[in-house]
Amino acid sequence: MTSERIERYLRDGGLSKSDVANLQRRLFLKRGLSLGALTLLSGCDVTDTAPVDGFLKMISRFNDGVQAALFNGEKLAPTFPESMVAPTFRYNAQYGPEKIHKINPDTWRLEVSGLVTDKTPWTLERLKTLPQRADVTRHCCVEGWSMIGKWGGVPLRTFLEKIGADTSAKYVAFRCDDPINYTGSIDMASARHPQTIMALTYADKPLEAIFGAPMRMKIPVKLGFKQPKFVSSIHVSNDYSGGYWEGYGYNWFGGL
Amino acid sequence: MPNDKVLLHPAIVRITHWTWALGVILLVMSGMRIFNQEPVFSSYEFYFPVWLTLGGSYEDTNRLHNDFGLAAALLWHFAAMWLLFVSLIVFLVYGFASGHFRRKYWPVTLREILSNIGDFLRGKLGHDIGARNAVQKLLYTFALLDMTVMVLSGLVLWKPVQFQEIGRLMGDYEGARYVHFFGMAGIVGFIIVHIALTLLVPKVLPPMITGRAPRSEVEHTGAAS
Repeated sequence: MTSERIERYLRDGGLSKSDVANLQRRLFLKRGLSLGALTLLSGCDVTDTAPVDGFLKMISRFNDGVQAALFNGEKLAPTFPESMVAPTFRYNAQYGPEKIHKINPDTWRLEVSGLVTDKTPWTLERLKTLPQRADVTRHCCVEGWSMIGKWGGVPLRTFLEKIGADTSAKYVAFRCDDPINYTGSIDMASARHPQTIMALTYADKPLEAIFGAPMRMKIPVKLGFKQPKFVSSIHVSNDYSGGYWEGYGYNWFGGL
Repeated sequence: MPNDKVLLHPAIVRITHWTWALGVILLVMSGMRIFNQEPVFSSYEFYFPVWLTLGGSYEDTNRLHNDFGLAAALLWHFAAMWLLFVSLIVFLVYGFASGHFRRKYWPVTLREILSNIGDFLRGKLGHDIGARNAVQKLLYTFALLDMTVMVLSGLVLWKPVQFQEIGRLMGDYEGARYVHFFGMAGIVGFIIVHIALTLLVPKVLPPMITGRAPRSEVEHTGAAS
């Protein structure tokens, strides 16, 4: 994404038909078949018709296992001096910033379900009473860009202990209060990583609405799309539930 | 014995050569699609032509979820990486253990390089089957080093936290993006020279498929393994 496109995104929200046409021209789109199209991959579901698609997804699942094996739960993501924190972060979502749901922090509740002993919903005030942690880390997007930011909030491992979660369970899944009903799930080892937090602040100020307020996940050991914004529900389980982008063919583990 | 043939390229060299070739082609094509999503050089309006890239129908993915076929390109990239990774490891282990590198890549002297360049300029530089002149030795060494750099920078981009120690050698995550881009350019340059020379001297191609070359072509070079 170029900066003009982001500015337009912020101004108008989303892409117009002419934006798309313009981008297509800029990217030298040729009508007809590209070499990629010849493989019958649509890149999206990613097509269940071609055997090569099943093969690629099989390797992607294999790569999930490789990444879990490479993952060191004690190894911290590199941290940076506060001077390197980006003052304004890059907006990146499937919907324009004007489409986000207006969430009232006072009535907001975080639901907790699955393999936990205490399923009482959490208020924002109560979350703030738990120990907090802040790190200056690099946010890496699957698209290739990265930015350094400072996020603060409640370590997820502390929260999981507080709600009596079965930490031998395989997955922690998230549901979000946003226009696309975003969902995501991560492995328990990454959920219990010391830097994995339920972020309430950015650069020591309350999270801005467009960046997922009142609470988003900040997981420095995962790609950006694995760190849901506007989180409204946390579910601990042994059942794989994938996620929004995984449904489009992105690799599930998404570890860094 | 004019039809007598000898083994020039052992099976391990041929298999790794072709798996490497397939892997690199898939990696470069899917890599260009990944590049297009977020070009390294943000101040230039440079994108790779979509028809050169791998990752499915560009229009469908753009219409469905406003992305440029990135998901499939990533699936291809992280599948094809195994072809490069495994063939490179196997070839490096074989090359050092069997003495292949010592025999075929060593020694390289400045004097030989200068004499090769002189021969080339006079149109006299030969390309004997299996024998390497100094320039070839340097080119193949470059290709192996470049691929090693590609694997290492690829690991940093794939796992910048787990491989942060390697990342520090190349300017962290953002530095690794440049290393990975220029390493790719280096490999593509090598492939262009490699294929051009094969077209100029086509007799070197069949031995890389069958493994065998006519004794009369090989004997005087002492190249047979």
